[in-house]
Amino acid sequence: MHRPIHELTDAYRRGDLTPTAVAETYLARIDALDGRVGAYLTVVREQALAAARESELRWRAGAPLGPLDGAPVALKDVLCTVGVRTTCGSKMLESFVPPYDATTVERLRAAGAVILGKTNMDEFAMGSSTEHSAFHPTRNPWDLTRVPGGSSGGSAAAVAGALAAGAFGSDTGGSIRQPAAFCGVVGLKPTYGRVSRYGLIALASSLDQIGPFAQDVTDAALLLGAVAGHDRRDSTSIQAPVPDYSAELRKGIAGLTLGLPDEYFIDGMDPDVERAVRGAIEVLKGLGARIERVSLPTTKHSLAAYYVILPAEASSNLARYDGVKFGLRVPGRDLVEMESRTRAVGFGAEVKRRIMLGTYALSAGYYDAYYGKAQSVRTLVRREFAAAFARVDLIVAPTTPNVAFKHGEKEDPLSMYLNDVFTIPGNLAGIPGVSVPCGFGATGLPIGLQLLGRPLDEARVLRAAYAYEQATSWRSRRPDLA
Amino acid sequence: MTAPAPYDVVIGLEVHAQLLTRSKMFCGCPTTFGARPNSQTCPVCQGMPGVLPVVNRRAVEFGIRTALALGCRVNEACRFARKHYYYPDMPKNYQISQYEEPLAEDGVLEIDIDGGPRAIGIQRLHLEEDVGKLLHEGTLETAQASLVDFNRSGVPLMETVSRPELRSPEEAAAYLRAFRAVVVFLGVCDGNMEEGSLRCDANVSLRPRGSARLGTKVEIKNLNSFRNVQRALEFEVRRQAQALDAGERIVQETRLWEADRAYTRSMRSKEYAHDYRYFPEPDLVPLQIDRRWVEEIRTGLPELPRAWRRRVVAQYGLPPYDAEVLTQSRALADYYEAALREWEPAAAAAGDRPKMVSNWIMSELLRVLPGDDERAIQSSPIPPRHLAGLLRLIEDGTISGKIAKDVFQKMFASGEAAPTIVGREGLTQVADEAALSQIIASVMAANPKAIEDFKRGRTAAAKALVGQVMKATGGKANPALVNRLLEDKLSQT
Repeated sequence: MHRPIHELTDAYRRGDLTPTAVAETYLARIDALDGRVGAYLTVVREQALAAARESELRWRAGAPLGPLDGAPVALKDVLCTVGVRTTCGSKMLESFVPPYDATTVERLRAAGAVILGKTNMDEFAMGSSTEHSAFHPTRNPWDLTRVPGGSSGGSAAAVAGALAAGAFGSDTGGSIRQPAAFCGVVGLKPTYGRVSRYGLIALASSLDQIGPFAQDVTDAALLLGAVAGHDRRDSTSIQAPVPDYSAELRKGIAGLTLGLPDEYFIDGMDPDVERAVRGAIEVLKGLGARIERVSLPTTKHSLAAYYVILPAEASSNLARYDGVKFGLRVPGRDLVEMESRTRAVGFGAEVKRRIMLGTYALSAGYYDAYYGKAQSVRTLVRREFAAAFARVDLIVAPTTPNVAFKHGEKEDPLSMYLNDVFTIPGNLAGIPGVSVPCGFGATGLPIGLQLLGRPLDEARVLRAAYAYEQATSWRSRRPDLA
Repeated sequence: MTAPAPYDVVIGLEVHAQLLTRSKMFCGCPTTFGARPNSQTCPVCQGMPGVLPVVNRRAVEFGIRTALALGCRVNEACRFARKHYYYPDMPKNYQISQYEEPLAEDGVLEIDIDGGPRAIGIQRLHLEEDVGKLLHEGTLETAQASLVDFNRSGVPLMETVSRPELRSPEEAAAYLRAFRAVVVFLGVCDGNMEEGSLRCDANVSLRPRGSARLGTKVEIKNLNSFRNVQRALEFEVRRQAQALDAGERIVQETRLWEADRAYTRSMRSKEYAHDYRYFPEPDLVPLQIDRRWVEEIRTGLPELPRAWRRRVVAQYGLPPYDAEVLTQSRALADYYEAALREWEPAAAAAGDRPKMVSNWIMSELLRVLPGDDERAIQSSPIPPRHLAGLLRLIEDGTISGKIAKDVFQKMFASGEAAPTIVGREGLTQVADEAALSQIIASVMAANPKAIEDFKRGRTAAAKALVGQVMKATGGKANPALVNRLLEDKLSQT
């Protein structure tokens, strides 16, 4: 029954399936299997069933709200949902119930989507394995001893494990694309500003972007279309019309030029990954694309710049969690003690590490050497991509240097950070990128192909991903949780 | 106060003005003062997780209007920045302000002091958000709990920083008065220091007379009235002079003015100064200021208080004191000119009228109105037209000045025009010689002693007789006519 949203809604239209039956099936699967996967932090059974029943009435009346009406989706617990606790994977917000919906959530509800629940994540979206949730780790449905990637690991595992038809996550340095690659699903990070960040609990405001996880590219296009577009509550959201992504999908890629960056094939990467990606490039050539080598030499500095900008912005964004207004409060003899204790207890080790790094990077006398310098690197990265995109339409690369690793395997933060080396440049440049399944490693774990595009060129990114997906059959392989 | 003998005083002021926008700086919440705690808040001004700021266009417009009035350069692009420090009245633990790229820079504010006018440089003008308010149960020292009211959180603030060009506490106070007049006149701030809509911090240092090098500066906070600005600075100048005289070094620090105890006390020294960790606010894009918009705002600028005063003094011969009082608000100044024009459209030929109008406004209207601000003036039951109508009746002798004051009270109570009241109540002066002669005769007959006194040379007795006549006519007799007729009669006896 786990099938893409566009197939579900086709079945609703024909009357072969009902949103209620589908929601019930997913909720039953969550009950039965999520204890082993740990994709969810909160399941909103009653709300989901109520939404499904309303959807069913609309379908029965022949007046659905659109192609997502009745689609059961999961939301990373970084997106605020009115009346439903939103933890951000942190003890700090364990009991925080937002009084408002994120714009993305609002738009999904308006499109008739059925929200199943909130998915697990690394605390405050800091991490690449979903091991750093304050509540429990999430496991990779392909191999429960392995991580699903992160920080949106819960959303990726939910879609891969048939615990949701689609999902949303956030991507600050690869947090959608990397778990999508690890879990063998499609994950899209849109252009910075394409999707409103209003109601997305901020990690690094200048890098964060919301995007979908999907079983196939067609769904990714539908999900993006439902949430993209300007929002006057987010000044950084772009005022540009939203194309009909679905209509663009079938245009093919004959005549497109794809850039292959030298810097994205590095020493120490998993040979299976390189093989799979090079294989995918052959497929794309076969579909009529031209491949051209491009150079993005600043890639090697991206990680360093990212780990200055991100902690700096995070240290600022996380300053509000002090026990005064909402979330956790640990009492103390006076205000300072209460605030210190609250932050000492409420934040995990990785969050504290980044707050300290960021506080240092912004302090007087160090700003220019760290934050200022990192912003200069960012400008260079952006220029390099712009120069490359003057010659090529898309850039193809691996999403990650390796496949999903084992729980506890990367205890050294630096080796964890290196996992995002191919995804971070896209965030620094603010460009759209998708990860689409392109094979399996020797251990049977999925591998992701990354396609990066020009700003606001999601349509072409999705078009190429779709062409590749249709030419291959990777998506027919499914993890078996039962 | 002049500077202590061997020192020059150097003062710079930072003035925070709450802008009179209907909604807050970065959200749509109302800005009304005095509402029930936390009733004017939303997720944005409470700093909830996931919220984003959106710039209030009106606040930017008010900032530009002030910047233009102060002759500042409005930057083509400006940027918001985050200023970090932990304080529970600030929900995000950072304040969205402006740092390296303010809205406007390099202006001038002219002040009038004893030695004549002086131009004080404005370094910068920028926009930011106000913080909430803490309410302590008991005193700050003994409070067991504190409550936070976020109604004020996010109210637009405009910070204007002067250059360190003020040379005395008096000049500082004059600067603040001039600044208040400008923002109130522009309608961007109500200038109410008691309610905190205008706040001031001062930087003050002393240096050996004639020296070019600035001394160590001390920042003084909590200056919440014109008087306190001057008193606090006078205290601080004395304190620093005594310290320097004693060979001590001035410590760079922030001091708090304690108005009740009339002294400044140390709040924090430089070592404990906040590191605000400014960085550009990533949730807001840099603000591009459209030149045409700036020019539109420039075109719409009203005449500023100083120019207004200069003009009315020259044009109407009004005393500078009157002009000063009338520029307490734009509405009041407008009221004055409207009343004068109503009475005498050709203002140049107005004669005594300009002074008469200002007298009546200062001694009668402002006495009965609840204030001199926009709201008070506009809600006046006596519009300028009615005041002019009343003065016209005095001028043409229809009523006496004394009766006019009663009529004024009635106009204020009923909102009616003067002629309506005078007509209905028969308050017209008795200017009929025959009728008055008869009354005078009967008053004289009833007061033989007064006549005897007058004959013995006591002229005051005549005044008593005038009073009797006025009393007999219910105050309606034309006083000049009574005088003349009485003199005639007395000389005949």
